[in-house]
Amino acid sequence: MRQETSLWESLIIQKRVIWALCMREVLTRFGRRNIGFLWLFIEPMIFTLVIAFVVIFVRHRQFGTLSPFAFAVTGYSTVMLWRNMPGRCIHALESNASLLYHRHVKIMDIYFARILVEGVGATMSFFFLIIIFSVFGVMSLPVNPLQVCVGWFMLAWFGFSLAIFIGPASERSKFVEIIWRPFSYILFPFSGAMFVLDMMPPQAQNAFLFMPMVHGVECLREGYFGPIIKFHYDLGYMALFNLGLMVLGFSNLRHVSRQSHPE
Amino acid sequence: MIILENVTKRYPVRGGMRTILECVNLSVLPGEKRGILGRNGSGKSTLVRIIGGAEPPCSGKVFHGMSVSWPMAFGGAFQTSLTGLDNLRFICRVYGVSIQDKVQFVEEFADLGSYFYEPVSTYSSGMRSRLAFALSLVIDFDCFLIDETWSVGDKKLRDRCADELFVKRAHKAMVLVSHNPEFVKRHCQTSSVMLNGKIHNFDNVEDGFAFYQEHLSEH
Repeated sequence: MRQETSLWESLIIQKRVIWALCMREVLTRFGRRNIGFLWLFIEPMIFTLVIAFVVIFVRHRQFGTLSPFAFAVTGYSTVMLWRNMPGRCIHALESNASLLYHRHVKIMDIYFARILVEGVGATMSFFFLIIIFSVFGVMSLPVNPLQVCVGWFMLAWFGFSLAIFIGPASERSKFVEIIWRPFSYILFPFSGAMFVLDMMPPQAQNAFLFMPMVHGVECLREGYFGPIIKFHYDLGYMALFNLGLMVLGFSNLRHVSRQSHPE
Repeated sequence: MIILENVTKRYPVRGGMRTILECVNLSVLPGEKRGILGRNGSGKSTLVRIIGGAEPPCSGKVFHGMSVSWPMAFGGAFQTSLTGLDNLRFICRVYGVSIQDKVQFVEEFADLGSYFYEPVSTYSSGMRSRLAFALSLVIDFDCFLIDETWSVGDKKLRDRCADELFVKRAHKAMVLVSHNPEFVKRHCQTSSVMLNGKIHNFDNVEDGFAFYQEHLSEH
């Protein structure tokens, strides 16, 4: 009936609100005084190093020419990307519902800000680790950076879709939080981060290809290492999966937006 | 102006839905001061949230032709792990105003001294209410929502707040929710009474009060 703000104005307001929420999130999480911000890099670095050494000592021969460090970086970073976004969105409303008293702040913005901070953090740590390990000479730079970005984008999209699905779902049922943690750990070994699909037996390959993350990781690794071995992926399948999950997520979000209100 | 048209709000409860607001019609003109009266649980807080845009109605329309504040002095919007200054920064970013000329006002009004640069979690409750009120005054809203909780704090603070609101911002629209008849009579020209989820609007405060008193004894 009566339109108070045009679409363009709404977008400008939303951009402003999401930016404000992001700054608030960054300050709250990393603070000003401690090493908080560095932790963003230290935590994945430790994990990556552990994975790299496991690869070196346990499965060295199988990997042939693949650098164990590059393998670990391209593996663990992708897991961080799609696992932390949903993790941060669980019960995000509980601590933030009072922000809804500011008329321009929508529930969607609260999720978007958290996902954005998480996504940018994971991306920065990915770049940082590549640079650090390259400087130390234990891995080389990507053969095809553009393809690495495509794979990374697809995984980020998957993380976003999962987050926008899991976040609102956690407000509807307490069960979601209880199940998410073990579920995310179980997904880890099946996500393609810890293996190269081509080294698997063919039946296992087909089973693994149901997992959307596997396609993203394989694509990213092909971009990183070049076609030195065969990588298996279908970005069309992954896009379809992401899209479906995103639609489900937005319908969840819509439902929660209608129901939720600050105390 | 702000217009609520046939606004209905229901919440899911065990075994069905509870109707909190039923076909509520209300308008607030620029500069109008409207007092909202009602017993506890009559739907006042829900009405305030809908006027403020904090939650959507289940059906009906809400039109915001002017900017509306969050409920004055509402401290729940603090991030207590952040400093007073960081909370001010957040407010300024959300509403898209420059922070430069606001810092001094908040520092003076909230009178926090060096605590302004410390996390809100270290504040006393008096400091928190002063900061909450100062932050509410930072943005130049067309309409201020004033919930009864604003009357917390000592008399000195209340007087300063009243001065800021009813003297310096006398030309602004205000929606006052209060149990205190004197408070509403002193500051409002129009009134609305919430009764069992329905709203009854009056062009003056006296009729609203008469109606309110009449129905107060019904329950």
